[in-house]
Amino acid sequence: MAYSEKVIDHYENPRNVGSLDQEDESVGTGLVGAPACGDVMRLQIRVNDAGVIEDAKFKTFGCGSAIASSSLATEWIKGKTIDEAGTILNSQIAEELSLPPVKIHCSVLAEDAIKSAIEDFRKKRAAKQALSSES
Amino acid sequence: MTLKFPIYMDNHATTPVDPRVLSAMLPYFTDTFGNAASRTHAYGWTAEAAVDDARDTIAQLIGAESGKEIVFTSGATESDNLAIKGVAEYYQAKGNHIITTTIEHKAVLDSCKRLEKQGFTVTYVNVGADGLIDPQAIEAAMTDKTILVSVMLANNEVGTIQPIAELGKLTRARGVLLHCDAVQGLGKTPFDVKSMNVDLASLTAHKIYGPKGVGALYVRRSKPRVRLSALMDGGGHERGNRSGTLNVPGIVGFAKACKILLEEGAVEAEKIRALRDRLYQKITKELDSVILNGSAERRLPGNLNISFAFVEGEGLMMAIKDVAVSSGSACTSASLEPSYVLRSMGLPEDMAHSSIRFGLGRFNTEEEVDYVAELVIGKVKRLRDMSPLYEMHKAGIDINSIQWAAH
Repeated sequence: MAYSEKVIDHYENPRNVGSLDQEDESVGTGLVGAPACGDVMRLQIRVNDAGVIEDAKFKTFGCGSAIASSSLATEWIKGKTIDEAGTILNSQIAEELSLPPVKIHCSVLAEDAIKSAIEDFRKKRAAKQALSSES
Repeated sequence: MTLKFPIYMDNHATTPVDPRVLSAMLPYFTDTFGNAASRTHAYGWTAEAAVDDARDTIAQLIGAESGKEIVFTSGATESDNLAIKGVAEYYQAKGNHIITTTIEHKAVLDSCKRLEKQGFTVTYVNVGADGLIDPQAIEAAMTDKTILVSVMLANNEVGTIQPIAELGKLTRARGVLLHCDAVQGLGKTPFDVKSMNVDLASLTAHKIYGPKGVGALYVRRSKPRVRLSALMDGGGHERGNRSGTLNVPGIVGFAKACKILLEEGAVEAEKIRALRDRLYQKITKELDSVILNGSAERRLPGNLNISFAFVEGEGLMMAIKDVAVSSGSACTSASLEPSYVLRSMGLPEDMAHSSIRFGLGRFNTEEEVDYVAELVIGKVKRLRDMSPLYEMHKAGIDINSIQWAAH
């Protein structure tokens, strides 16, 4: 199957590959997909006190479209607030990368990864606030 | 020597026509173009003589008694359909049970599925983790209604060579017919219909450096004489088994391809096996967590089906696009289901997604193997650096212990 130029670009020059410290309280981690399905994405965000995503990293097990979707997702969310990042839709990712119908699930997974990372960060922040209000 | 890209290592899918085969075919397109069924002039006689010579050569390669046992078809899919449906229809008064395996080609499996809709019963015997059929499992599946057992000589994905001779003993003793889809193994591993007691065998030219669009079905003529109901109605060619004007140039090419294998097949197999082993050794020397799928010993010389754990097959193929290979990852298919062959062997789905099939053949060189090995090693390392699963593996986390959400 033929890949779009943008998919090939992200696949060959992936942006923001790597890891952030999962234990760091300013870091949110989203791990979505399943090895049995052939796609696993891990997307991590570092959020500052103003709620802005200062850094984003990903690692993906999957096809070229899955790698490109996660690479693009990290590129898009960097510099956005977590509220803004949470509004990114899979359809926008699919459109930007010209994903064929059979690859739409890759963009769905990228959207899930963003949402999951934000949720993880929010949980951590809520737990931290609960802890500081107790003391 | 300069390398030609992409390097072709998908010889299970098809093979290039050998130049010697092409030369043998050419006159039959233009000068001696006759219809082998024309009885009234020299054009027809010449074509018929060429076809009869071809039958004898093909019969010789598979150890058949006579060229008369070769029925030409359009390819292996048609041969499989003709064997299974033709036997089922002809022998339905005798029984309605067929036994096959879960790793057969779709032409066999889907023919069986259609027969099930028509009231036949089919038992699909599973293979072991090594991709091999246990003859005892076939024997255990036999009933007094069994008319046919269909088992492939060698698997198209993992290259495993099935125990056809053992199966032939069982089927012969029970008076059951044995069909063997011999497409992948022909000329690459010993195959002899006489000593193996095979009653029907599907063959095709394009997997043995012959042209596409021509195949054959071996149909035993004595002890027992196998009868078929034809699939196509028409001029009654091929002793009524397969109507349709014969593809004379294709048949001549098919026979030339068989002739080359008769003369060079054994030596060639060893050369290809050495290349395959070189590729495997180079890769496993540099990379950890590489798993060979299917038996190492009972395997086609050119087949290397390996899973690169923590790397997805389609993603890897994109990285090694300079090499033409295939993957058990069906990420491109609408179903997103990985290979049914690998799953039948009990391979976990993630490992099926991580599999790549290298199919080496006559025209591959040591230089190509070295290039491909280096490329694969580099790209797998790169993709593993990007893989969350490999990071977890290195951190000592068992990925099977994680609750993954299905999607």
